Amino acid sequence: MTNSVNTNGVVAGRLDADALADNFSDLHPPLDDHEALVAADRCYFCHDAPCMTACPTTIDIPLFIRQIATGTAESAAKTIFDQNILGGMCARVCPTETLCEEVCVREVAEGKPVLIGQLQRYATDKVMDAGVHPFERAGATGKAVAVVGAGPAGLAAAHRLAMLGHSVVIYDARPKGGGLNEFGIAAYKSVDGFAQDEVDWLLQIGGIEMRYGQALGDGLSLDGLKSEYDAVFLGVGLGGVNALRAEGEDKDGVRDAVDFIAELRQADDLTALPVGRRVVVIGGGMTAIDAAVQSKLLGAQDVTVAYRRDKSAMGASEFEQVLATSHGVRIAFNAQPVRVLGNGKATGVEFERTDSSGGELKPTGETFVIEADQVFKAIGQTLTMDAGLEIERGKIVVTSDGRTSADGIWAGGDCALGGDDLTVTAVAEGRDAAMDIHAKLMGKGA
Amino acid sequence: MADLRSEFVGIKSPNPFWLASAPPTDKEYNVRRAFEAGWGGVVWKTLGEEGPPVVNVNGPRYGAIYGADRRLLGLNNIELITDRPLQTNLREIKAVKRDYPDRAVVVSLMVPCEEAAWKTILPLVEETGADGVELNFGCPHGMSERGMGSAVGQVPEYIEMVTRWCKQYTRMPVIVKLTPNISDIRKPAEAAHAGGADAVSLINTINSITSVNLDLFAPEPMIDTKGAHGGYCGPAVKPIALSMVSEIARNPVTANLPISGIGGVTTWRDAAEFIALGAGNVQVCTAAMTYGFKVVEEMISGLGQWMDEKGHESVASVVGRAVPNCSDWQNLNLNYVAKARINQDDCIKCGRCFAACEDTSHQAITMSADRTFEVIDDECVACNLCVNVCPVENCITMERIEPGQMDERTGKVVEADFADWTTHPNNPGTCAAE
Ligand SMILES: Cc1cc2nc3c(=O)[nH]c(=O)nc-3n(C[C@H](O)[C@H](O)[C@H](O)COP(=O)(O)OP(=O)(O)OC[C@H]3O[C@@H](n4cnc5c(N)ncnc54)[C@H](O)[C@@H]3O)c2cc1C
Ligand SMILES: Cc1cc2nc3c(=O)[nH]c(=O)nc-3n(C[C@H](O)[C@H](O)[C@H](O)COP(=O)(O)O)c2cc1C
Ligand code: SF4
Ligand code: SF4
Ligand code: SF4
Repeated sequence: MTNSVNTNGVVAGRLDADALADNFSDLHPPLDDHEALVAADRCYFCHDAPCMTACPTTIDIPLFIRQIATGTAESAAKTIFDQNILGGMCARVCPTETLCEEVCVREVAEGKPVLIGQLQRYATDKVMDAGVHPFERAGATGKAVAVVGAGPAGLAAAHRLAMLGHSVVIYDARPKGGGLNEFGIAAYKSVDGFAQDEVDWLLQIGGIEMRYGQALGDGLSLDGLKSEYDAVFLGVGLGGVNALRAEGEDKDGVRDAVDFIAELRQADDLTALPVGRRVVVIGGGMTAIDAAVQSKLLGAQDVTVAYRRDKSAMGASEFEQVLATSHGVRIAFNAQPVRVLGNGKATGVEFERTDSSGGELKPTGETFVIEADQVFKAIGQTLTMDAGLEIERGKIVVTSDGRTSADGIWAGGDCALGGDDLTVTAVAEGRDAAMDIHAKLMGKGA
Repeated sequence: MADLRSEFVGIKSPNPFWLASAPPTDKEYNVRRAFEAGWGGVVWKTLGEEGPPVVNVNGPRYGAIYGADRRLLGLNNIELITDRPLQTNLREIKAVKRDYPDRAVVVSLMVPCEEAAWKTILPLVEETGADGVELNFGCPHGMSERGMGSAVGQVPEYIEMVTRWCKQYTRMPVIVKLTPNISDIRKPAEAAHAGGADAVSLINTINSITSVNLDLFAPEPMIDTKGAHGGYCGPAVKPIALSMVSEIARNPVTANLPISGIGGVTTWRDAAEFIALGAGNVQVCTAAMTYGFKVVEEMISGLGQWMDEKGHESVASVVGRAVPNCSDWQNLNLNYVAKARINQDDCIKCGRCFAACEDTSHQAITMSADRTFEVIDDECVACNLCVNVCPVENCITMERIEPGQMDERTGKVVEADFADWTTHPNNPGTCAAE
């Protein structure tokens, strides 16, 4: 009865529990004390450090690394959390190769950056493992703020607001907090229930009430929140998924990559999670890579990421691409999906070869088929609510302080226009909006 | 967080980290930026007499010693005292002190060894509102050739004399900065104390040549094929400075004389060590010159974290805590017996412990064909060399043989009682117990 990598169709149990546990363990195991000291020692404590500028939350990287080097990882963690309360998650999921580590002077000079992300994890783990929450709430201001969405943007905003003495209620449609930290990030980046632990740890600040299973647009209204609270912050992310606009999208075996990943992240038993023998992932971003790699780790035999443009245009970083190919995932460039083949059940995808050399995407007329019993769509997420706010390019228009077109309503994270769709960017935007809300509520803002 | 406020000879500062008299404190621009960065105080770059200022060389004035990865471990300099006019410095000191009343501003001085010279300059400094003066008896190059700096610091009688003049002509606290280029640091400290000094600060730089250019056969740093010895500072000098500070703190004559600890302070830990050995605060030069003013942030956070963790409420409560444990060799317990222990799980089988012990110590480590390294208790004298050369932290540890157990090397049972050299039978000077 047992399935293997050779079993056709979408089935569970291709690999045994031990192999799965091994596959889904930490991508970068934590640094031990000695490794951390050696890594920290490489930092030059640069003046006006480029790494710090490249960090969307502007963590004082040279300072925290020096604090690790001098045996005070707890102080290092404080330096990190001062700027980024989700510094623990960011240490695991930030594409450092395109952020701080890309511009580290030692990367530029030697091609070997200081291991900023791993050092950040070392410091934040020390404090979080000890259960210490290094912040205290200021005296109560008497102001109340509603935060919609318990993802990185909402959590960062809520923490900062609570710390400044406001009382905060977070509403989230899901039964758990964390947003994509809990439902989206690749399993091997956030192991051992870290996302939930981080939410619990963050809530130790006090003054934040969580109301799960409550969705804006489904019971909650923006007008209602506006009248009930002194300010509203929206961090609802991008809940919808773009349509493939290719024939046969409704066939069995075709599904959204984010749903698959969410199911994987919530699975108690990975041996019970079905995956195809031949998997095709359509898309070119981090979600596509994550869906492909995790399919492979679950035991899929042939996994292909099909992207309609060339390598240079791919959203996934070089590091992510190498991660995928090193796991045996094939990346097919210039492959535009035409139709999903199969009689009820997907059996393959027909692609048309494109030419994107001039920047513009041109069909060449040549077609080819990649066999597949499972097809994942990873072609971008969309905003699911507008609530009468000004929208541009599918996102809520905000000022640099996160103000929306409506008075008293702020937004940040993936749902808001500007910035990359990254955890760290969401944290920065949530934090900055909170500071602006605070200034406004305390009469210091315009 | 722990209270880092510091009071040194009545001078208050928000933390015990002062910048030492040197280029970082040579002008208003620097000092303002240093205070913005968080430094608790400064000792202004040494001022000289009124008149044409000294001149510096126009070629390299620094040389350096590096560790792995070009980490700067030691710095050598041939810079003189300030080369800017006295009045300019005084005007700037006044402006800075006015704008930063909560920070310590001490002015370093070096004028000729004549009463009139000191009598003239002290009121000028007092007029700036500065918190105190530091007498630079330490500069080991250039100025010493002119009978100042270490030329004074090496003669205790001069130290006492000049200190006395200064105490006579100013109400400001007087800190005497000592040169380490002397065989017994207690003597100049005693002289400063006798002259009425409020405190001593040490160390100034150590005579040094960083390296020799083997193509030109000239010492570095080199100016036009010639070099002069300079003053050595930075992390490399810390052990020397710590020892000197402890000597003064232990000396009954100077035991209550406040000490400002200087020499290689680079991290919070270095500062804590100076303070534990009796320093009331610390001064920093090379670390700031290597990493910029921001480096103080780590010192502040680190010292605070350590004090919080250990429950030390104030800096003052830590001062001198290690002094009672500074002893003399002859008073160390000879009945304390230890053996090296190698943790086989941590060992990476490099063999450095073996080479060190086999070639240069007591042949107390064995090496097997499969590169297992083990200590032979019969031979191990607990010298600690293997611990020092092992690249893996805590892989080799020294463990005490408890009293009552056998020391396999001597074949004797370890005794519980304290016994030192003064009572040892091999000591020809041992006084028989009466
Ligand atoms: C598969 C995948 C992998 C990723 N990997 C990485 C990575 O490795 N590194 C990285 O930096 N970024 C990664 N990202 C991007 C990152 O996860 C997001 O940028 C980030 O989570 C955005 O945070 P947010 O708070 O804006 O939104 P989300 O994290 O999306 O949180 C939004 C929250 O709002 C709730 N919500 C939505 N609508 C409503 C409503 N109407 N009412 C109430 N609540 C609502 C949701 O339930 C959710 O909890 C990845 C994204 C995906 C999809
Ligand atoms: C370039 C340079 C110039 C210095 N000039 C003076 C000086 O003018 N007066 C003085 O008292 N000490 C002077 N010093 C010595 C320092 O104040 C300090 O005592 C010494 O550098 C040791 O501290 P450190 O190891 O933190 O550098 C100078 C040091 C350097 C490196
Ligand atoms: S750029 Fe690199 S070396 Fe410089 S401070 Fe940042 S991490 Fe350190
Ligand atoms: S540090 Fe500045 S002043 Fe000194 S040699 Fe270099 S550039 Fe010139
Ligand atoms: S020096 Fe340390 S690591 Fe190397 S062989 Fe000896 S015990 Fe092992």
